[in-house]
Amino acid sequence: MQATTVSTPAVRSTDQVAKWFHILWPPVLTFLVAIALWEGAVWLFEIPIYLLPAPSQIMATFLERPWFLLGIGMVTFSNALMGSAIGCSLGVLVAIFCVRWTFVADGLLPLAVAASAVPIIALSPLMGIWLGSVSAASKIGVIAVMTFFPTLVSVYAGLISPRADALLLMRSYAAPQRDVFLKLRMPAALPFLFNALRVCATLSMIGAVVAEFFGGPRNALGVYIKTQAGILRTREAWSAIMVACLYGLIFYLVIVLIERWVMPWKQRHSGQ
Amino acid sequence: MDTPIIEFERVSKIYQGGAGPVTALHDVTLRIAAGEFIALIGPSGCGKSTLMRLIGDLEQPSNGTVRIKAKTPDQARRDRDYGIVFQSPVLYDWRTIRKNVELPLEIMGRPKDQRRQRAMELLKLVGLGDFGDAYPHQLSGGMQQRASIARALSFAPSILLMDEPFGALDEITRERLQLELLSIWWEAEPRPTVIFVTHSIPEAVFLADRVVVMSPRPGRVQRVVEVNLARPRAFETREDPQFFALVTEVRECLRATETAG
Ligand SMILES: Nc1ncnc2c1ncn2[C@@H]1O[C@H](COP(=O)(O)OP(=O)(O)OP(=O)(O)O)[C@@H](O)[C@H]1O
Ligand SMILES: [Mg+2]
Repeated sequence: MQATTVSTPAVRSTDQVAKWFHILWPPVLTFLVAIALWEGAVWLFEIPIYLLPAPSQIMATFLERPWFLLGIGMVTFSNALMGSAIGCSLGVLVAIFCVRWTFVADGLLPLAVAASAVPIIALSPLMGIWLGSVSAASKIGVIAVMTFFPTLVSVYAGLISPRADALLLMRSYAAPQRDVFLKLRMPAALPFLFNALRVCATLSMIGAVVAEFFGGPRNALGVYIKTQAGILRTREAWSAIMVACLYGLIFYLVIVLIERWVMPWKQRHSGQ
Repeated sequence: MDTPIIEFERVSKIYQGGAGPVTALHDVTLRIAAGEFIALIGPSGCGKSTLMRLIGDLEQPSNGTVRIKAKTPDQARRDRDYGIVFQSPVLYDWRTIRKNVELPLEIMGRPKDQRRQRAMELLKLVGLGDFGDAYPHQLSGGMQQRASIARALSFAPSILLMDEPFGALDEITRERLQLELLSIWWEAEPRPTVIFVTHSIPEAVFLADRVVVMSPRPGRVQRVVEVNLARPRAFETREDPQFFALVTEVRECLRATETAG
């Protein structure tokens, strides 16, 4: 009966490598094929560079001044990070309030669900009026609002996810409310929280770039994309878009890494 | 019988459901002595779970009184008199098996090394000594249920409430766990009082000192069958002619509830 269901660490790590290879090769291959097709199409149909540059040209443009592009990317990314930090923390906090005082939930949650389906980015010009159109504050504000609602809805769902039996168990131990929260509701909500964070990572980077289309400092990604596209310097615009993708991807991956570290029980679970 | 540990005095329970009130229990009077092993059996919907929940202060009676060690069930719950095992193991996914067993002790504020030692001791007792660091999903259903029994026993409650704990297991695992449960219960010091809900007649007879046979609509206690099989019981007990006689007696009793209902 020993060690039949619990694999040893050595077995697990080679399993993991094989598993990751298995998961990774189809999207990597698809990506490479898509890039190759794009490259081929641009050369074959002689598409003018101001309409659509080839991937190799975009890459070359990026390599001409990588530090400049990564630098302006950083300005935009730090807005995304700041905004989602504020939005997500507030979302978690309000979700906790909603569980503690259910009447708050009854009033707020239907609205929150509706709000997470609305294009909050449309608020950008208004945020510009309130907080200054060039300021980082207006961008951070939009992103905070964007990420607040999905986090609230998801974390609340997580906090109320424990089944009746799990709660009755706590009751039978005469557990104080604090323990029911810390030892049952919170850990049960973790997978929901990370689902929300992954969505917010993507959402906030999009939000940060788009918000800058409505105005921002000259050294920001959104402003750069907009001005370069405006004067038909498409290669420059595309290389900046590539940088936006890069930051978005890194943000997402960092969240995934934290998730695996915080929830070791899920990691092994997904191997089955 | 000396002073009962559990006392039901004309207890009724009426649920206010969507389709009008449902009388889940009607006029139940029952006394259970400390250290007794009681099996509750009866057709689905006859109020077995309700009876168990009334003992454990998970529901309140509509009429009559329930006394636990001469206290209210609420007081008994606050005194941590109850260990509960449900049909599903209800282990917390994010805790290792050992940490799951430690959970009640953690809530009750026991020191860390004492918790750990007690958890390991209990895991050994239920045959999971090597699985303390595994997560629940890495264990089979039977092993998970063993862990949940260890968790219920961790703080040495005086009353063990078990609602169809082996209901989801296969026959072979089930019979093995019945024996293990009996030996754990028999050797525990002090020996807890067990209320064990089941749908299986042989299981009820094999485990219990008394089998409480219930009948539905409304839920009542039909009869209480004394089981005078010697303890400690063993695998061979199931082949004893007296065992068969008792199984038959309980079965007849249940059939009578069917025709009466
Ligand atoms: N929370 C509730 N609200 C309304 N009615 C309920 C509730 N719980 C139980 N009942 C009703 O009370 C009656 C007894 O239910 P109970 O769960 O105690 O039966 P049981 O003997 O445990 O059944 P089973 O063997 O199926 O588990 C049933 O008719 C059921 O529909
Ligand atoms: Mg039941």
